[in-house]
Amino acid sequence: MQIVINGEAKEVACNLTVAALLQQMALQPLRVAVELNRLLLPRAQHSQTALAQGDVLEIVTLVGGG
Amino acid sequence: MSQKKLRIGRFEIASRLFVGTGKYETYELMAQALAASGCEVVTVAVRRERMTDTSGRNILDFLDPAKYTLLPNTAGCFTADDAIRTAKLGRELLEGLDNAGSAWVKLEVLGDKKTLLPDPAGTLEALIELKKEGFEVLCYTSDDPIAAMRLKAAGADSVMPAGAPIGSGQGILNPWNIRIILEQLKEDDPDYPIIVDAGVGTASDVTIAMELGADGVLLNTGIAGAADPLMMAGAMKLAVESGHLARHAGRIPKKLYATASSPITGVIGAQ
Repeated sequence: MQIVINGEAKEVACNLTVAALLQQMALQPLRVAVELNRLLLPRAQHSQTALAQGDVLEIVTLVGGG
Repeated sequence: MSQKKLRIGRFEIASRLFVGTGKYETYELMAQALAASGCEVVTVAVRRERMTDTSGRNILDFLDPAKYTLLPNTAGCFTADDAIRTAKLGRELLEGLDNAGSAWVKLEVLGDKKTLLPDPAGTLEALIELKKEGFEVLCYTSDDPIAAMRLKAAGADSVMPAGAPIGSGQGILNPWNIRIILEQLKEDDPDYPIIVDAGVGTASDVTIAMELGADGVLLNTGIAGAADPLMMAGAMKLAVESGHLARHAGRIPKKLYATASSPITGVIGAQ
């Protein structure tokens, strides 16, 4: 199924959980924050949240800034 | 000499210099500059994870969340909605790191890409919503006293007027407005924290801000963009301390005419 991650369309397996997606992308869970369809998805819910067709994700991290 | 710590909401901070983490040539240099500045609070930004970054380096490899209190910003946001979303993502990141900075945010809602001036309406709208969400909010604003007043009245835990446009290095362009902001926002509330943020170019800009009565100064480019960032970080550390001391030492007044420093009587050859 197709979802959008950081503005780019991506093909992922159906019913993939957010936790599994982060793992697939080799992202350290404590270094990223996730927004699903414009709502913050707390870390505690990552393994229980299954993605659906058309979901829009923002996966962010801390970077340098003033 | 013991000095009062800076209090912002629940935070008590000894160093009145807040330093940004952006624009350094390398993360290593950033880490060294922050150490040289003596700062305790560092700002960070929240951005999309770059999946294709092959270096695999993350700022957190060079920024010890146990040593610094991180202050996440909403830089790059041009709407209140984006700023609110970014603030919540920043909080989530800092909660994951167990950093005290998960409680606060530096709110920026920008109005224009060239000037990076704040959008006063958007800033106010985001501030009100973020306060409801339990954040302590430090508001980046212009040196307009009315905008500053509105933000304080709406619950800002600190108002942060810009000395000059972000990264412009022009220093305190309108010290009169900064003085008005300090006087009006601290009337009946002398400990209300006001931090000059943006436009600082060199050490004297920091000292001037502190001598005007600011409670602290936030800067990034002034250090990161200097030819020798480590030396400049050391200069800024001294500048914020000297300005703070001078402010509290009670300076002499400015006079039109001279008053001799040496005795006027007993001069040889006097009649």
